[in-house]
Amino acid sequence: MKEIAYAAPRTVADAVAALKQANGNGKAFAGGTDILVQLREGTRNADVLVDLKKIPEMTEIRQLPSGDWQIGAATPCHRIESTVPFAEGYPGIIDGVHIIGGWQIKGRASLGGNLCTSSPAADSIPALIAHHAVVKIVGPDGSREVPVSEFCTGPGKNVLKPAELVASFVIPAMLPNSSGCYLRFIPRSEMDIAVVGCGTTLTVEKDTIKQARIALGAVAPKPVLAEEAAAWLIGKPATIESFEKAGEIARKAATPISDMRGPAEYRTHLVGVLVKRSLMTSLRRLRGERVDVLHDKLV
Amino acid sequence: MATANETKTSSYRVIGTRPIRHDGVDKVTGRAVYGNDVQLPGLLYGRVLRSPHAHARIRSIDTTKAEKLPGVFAVISSADIDPHESKMAELGEGSVNLQYLCENVLARKKVLYKGHAVAAVAAVNAHVAEEALKLIEVDYDPLHAVTWVLDAMKDDAPILIDDLKTEGAPLPHSKGPTNIAQHIVFSKGDIEKGFAEADVIIEREFKSATVHQGYIEPHVATALWSPDGHLSIWASTQGSFTCRQQTAELLALPVSKVTVTPCEIGGGFGGKIRVYIEPIAALLSKKSGRPVKVLMNRADVFESTGPTPGSFIRVKLGAKRDGRLVAGDAWMAYDAGAYPAGIIGPGCVCVFSCYDLPNARVEGFDVVLNKPQTAAYRAPGSTNAAFACETVIEELAEKLGIDPIEFRLKNAAKEGTRRPDGPAYPVIGLVETLKTAKAHPHYSATLEGPNRGRGVGCGFWMNAGLKSSVTAHVNGDGTVTLVEGSTDIGGTRTSIAMQLAETLGITAEEVVPRVVDTDSVGYTDVTGGSRTTFATGWAAHDAAIDIVKQMSARAAEFWKCSPDEVTFDRGLFSSKSHALTFKELAGKIQETGGTITGRASVEAKGVGATFGTHIVDVEVDPETGKVKILRYTAVQDCGRVIHPSYAEGQIQGGVVQGIGWALNEEYVYDADGRMRNASMLDYRMPTAVDVPTIEPVMVEVPNPRHPYGVRGVGEVPICPPPAAIGAAIYNAIGIRMYELPMSPPKVCQAIINEASAK
Ligand SMILES: Cc1cc2nc3c(=O)[nH]c(=O)nc-3n(C[C@H](O)[C@H](O)[C@H](O)COP(=O)(O)OP(=O)(O)OC[C@H]3O[C@@H](n4cnc5c(N)ncnc54)[C@H](O)[C@@H]3O)c2cc1C
Repeated sequence: MKEIAYAAPRTVADAVAALKQANGNGKAFAGGTDILVQLREGTRNADVLVDLKKIPEMTEIRQLPSGDWQIGAATPCHRIESTVPFAEGYPGIIDGVHIIGGWQIKGRASLGGNLCTSSPAADSIPALIAHHAVVKIVGPDGSREVPVSEFCTGPGKNVLKPAELVASFVIPAMLPNSSGCYLRFIPRSEMDIAVVGCGTTLTVEKDTIKQARIALGAVAPKPVLAEEAAAWLIGKPATIESFEKAGEIARKAATPISDMRGPAEYRTHLVGVLVKRSLMTSLRRLRGERVDVLHDKLV
Repeated sequence: MATANETKTSSYRVIGTRPIRHDGVDKVTGRAVYGNDVQLPGLLYGRVLRSPHAHARIRSIDTTKAEKLPGVFAVISSADIDPHESKMAELGEGSVNLQYLCENVLARKKVLYKGHAVAAVAAVNAHVAEEALKLIEVDYDPLHAVTWVLDAMKDDAPILIDDLKTEGAPLPHSKGPTNIAQHIVFSKGDIEKGFAEADVIIEREFKSATVHQGYIEPHVATALWSPDGHLSIWASTQGSFTCRQQTAELLALPVSKVTVTPCEIGGGFGGKIRVYIEPIAALLSKKSGRPVKVLMNRADVFESTGPTPGSFIRVKLGAKRDGRLVAGDAWMAYDAGAYPAGIIGPGCVCVFSCYDLPNARVEGFDVVLNKPQTAAYRAPGSTNAAFACETVIEELAEKLGIDPIEFRLKNAAKEGTRRPDGPAYPVIGLVETLKTAKAHPHYSATLEGPNRGRGVGCGFWMNAGLKSSVTAHVNGDGTVTLVEGSTDIGGTRTSIAMQLAETLGITAEEVVPRVVDTDSVGYTDVTGGSRTTFATGWAAHDAAIDIVKQMSARAAEFWKCSPDEVTFDRGLFSSKSHALTFKELAGKIQETGGTITGRASVEAKGVGATFGTHIVDVEVDPETGKVKILRYTAVQDCGRVIHPSYAEGQIQGGVVQGIGWALNEEYVYDADGRMRNASMLDYRMPTAVDVPTIEPVMVEVPNPRHPYGVRGVGEVPICPPPAAIGAAIYNAIGIRMYELPMSPPKVCQAIINEASAK
């Protein structure tokens, strides 16, 4: 490893300027829990690290007058988790945030970093997609908004252009009678990368499914929506049988590879299991039950 | 977690108690000096360039650019070390072929596995050293690789070592070059006759993946080659003398020119006996004229040190309707890795070691292939074998309708049972562990709920004796300084000191144990083979007897009586008219002729083998194939337990490693023979939340041939878990697993196959 310069701008504009000046050799640095590891292992290179954690706008979490929530891209996971009104309203997003590493990692790791690393197995992305989250991107040519579902383009690849930053996430207000869930399957109980991840949201009125959204992780080059399965659910009774059928349909959206984390057929099989279980948890939650997915019997 | 010792009144005062370990405070305060804590003036940092190929010829190595990088002090490759011919050097627990050791340390003409060391750099800091590695140009000619043992045995397999000859039993049909390094055949009785008598015969095939010991501390060594020709090494090693001898042989130095200081060690489990980076650090020091520290990273540890063999095993057992085993046949092929390794030897000894088989045959193969050279791992070879044999035992018990523990009791090895490899057992405790397990509340507890099951399994390890030396100096304040050469991995400072204390009638706290370098104590073999509390403890006992003899003579002089009139009992020297405690007499030794030093060097015979019987409850997720361990009880014959906490710790640690081996750990290879998961993230050892509390139950069948009845404790607990967990999975979901690890994808696939077969 060679020497790397460090910049700590106070505004988003300065951060963009610093990245621009680095001319392709700068890297944004939020929690550092991905980038430091990658630099050390030699899978990424940088001459300058631009620290985002000193930028107030990028590290705050607040509810907007519309009821939507805005989360600064560099806000550490632990702060998101301990913001009670957010955590209570979005248990599905918290499921993902909660399992990103242990205490030490969560004290640093951010949603922006998780998204911008753009791993197909990232744990926060499927639930963000299921919740219709949108990112605000700021760059040398101004700012734009992109839905999280369209952000990643392949393993480690995304829509960011040179010197662009993700400034914040906007997560729409929850509809009534709705909730969400994120489940991942790992062979151990902790310290593992998702073999399959599944984020869902569900809206149910009088036992009939009004809306559903299903996003899958680790089964394609990027997190994907299982649109056919979600569409099939509309108007169906909110039962385990419906969720099982949705799981079967969702398997079609999976195009996994075989690697050291699991064979392709196994991943496809797990999609069905996780979609069913995740929808079931969303249902239990929207009916008022508190479900801790890490210790739930079903999971 | 009580031992028999703590519940009955023991005649011992120190043995069987739980004093605080002597090295405890240093370890919990972070003061203990581990290998990477060693700092010397002018220290350089060494890094090793490793092969990206699993199998390739080296056409050339060009180090010129690396040598020119500012901050680089030395670059070496195999050109810097004289070749060795094929010659064996004794290492205490096992021996080593110097040619292979030399080529493993730095590849010469070929690289035989991904991670094989090719060159090394010493630089002003680790970053410069790493940048320099990138500047070394190696021209490889890649060859086909083979990583599955049965493939490596085929006639058309890629050959790793052109002049390899099969040792051991002749192989009539083998011609030409081979990857079979060793062929073993043991037999007893007449298996054809035996199987003819059997009412039930079951034959199964088993596969197991390569697994690593997974010690937390990576290998690290610091070397200083002084201008006077003396080489000093500070290392993380299980055996300072073994390290000294290998390094001296490789570098053609007399052993007296090499001093090895064993640092505190963060685990070894058999993996820190062979040298890897010690000779490299030495050569870099010689070339640079400075001390050099070489540190491995985790990927190096996985890819370039010695994991334990993957294997293929076929076991066939026959029994009479009444449950008596009549014959057993085992065919076993173990990975040697890149060079002959011989873990197959103990594998063959262990496969039928728990049972009294009148007729048996065991055939084994040590097979060279493109993985790192395998090494010992806690009861090396025995876990693979136990998984196979114990699973067939379970199936037989089921078929015969006999309770699995009852079935084992009917056939259990006892004193006098002859193993297929020859030796007859002295006093052993397998039956006692089986009876204790059967009576344990866990075995009869109801296990409710779907997809849950209970399994049992047994395991065996022979343990080692070997050589140990200690000296013990009596201090004026009544304490004794105990100087020893055994690396303390699992609390042996204390378990050895306790045997000295018991013999002298003093407390464990009155002994000051010191693990010292190879110049400061007599030859001592490795901390391995579960031998240290047994053999170095024996030496401590003998040194204490030596002290008692000398102090009795001093007392006689002091009391002006004949030495025969002085008796010693539990710390009190007395004659007809006088008495002095050990401490009082110690206070007078300077006035009665000066310091007393006890000493002993033993070659410990009379090793006591160890058996364990484990009970485990699991729950299987039928949709994902994930297995959760609900409850675990490990019954083990520990011989006389010296320090119960450390014996319990050994049992718990061994079980955790066995659980990892059973459920998730494996080397995953790609089509080109490269390991894909060389990190703690993807090589899935159990974490603290993956295992429940493991309840150790210690049965004490003292070893009659050891002064304090000690048997080795540390290795056998890793052997039963895979088989016991396999049995529990079967009892949970009705499916037998024949392949390790029993990971979620494999269990899930087996469930799907079973469902579609119905
Ligand atoms: C021990 C450990 C356990 C982990 N466990 C998990 C886990 O369970 N699940 C999981 O998904 N991940 C896990 N991770 C990975 C990592 O912690 C997460 O991906 C985390 O969210 C990354 O956030 P960060 O702020 O640390 O990112 P950083 O490392 O700071 O940045 C990551 C990448 O994103 C870029 N970047 C960061 N912020 C921005 C931004 N605002 N705009 C543009 N680019 C940006 C950086 O340049 C870099 O390329 C783990 C990591 C470790 C070390």
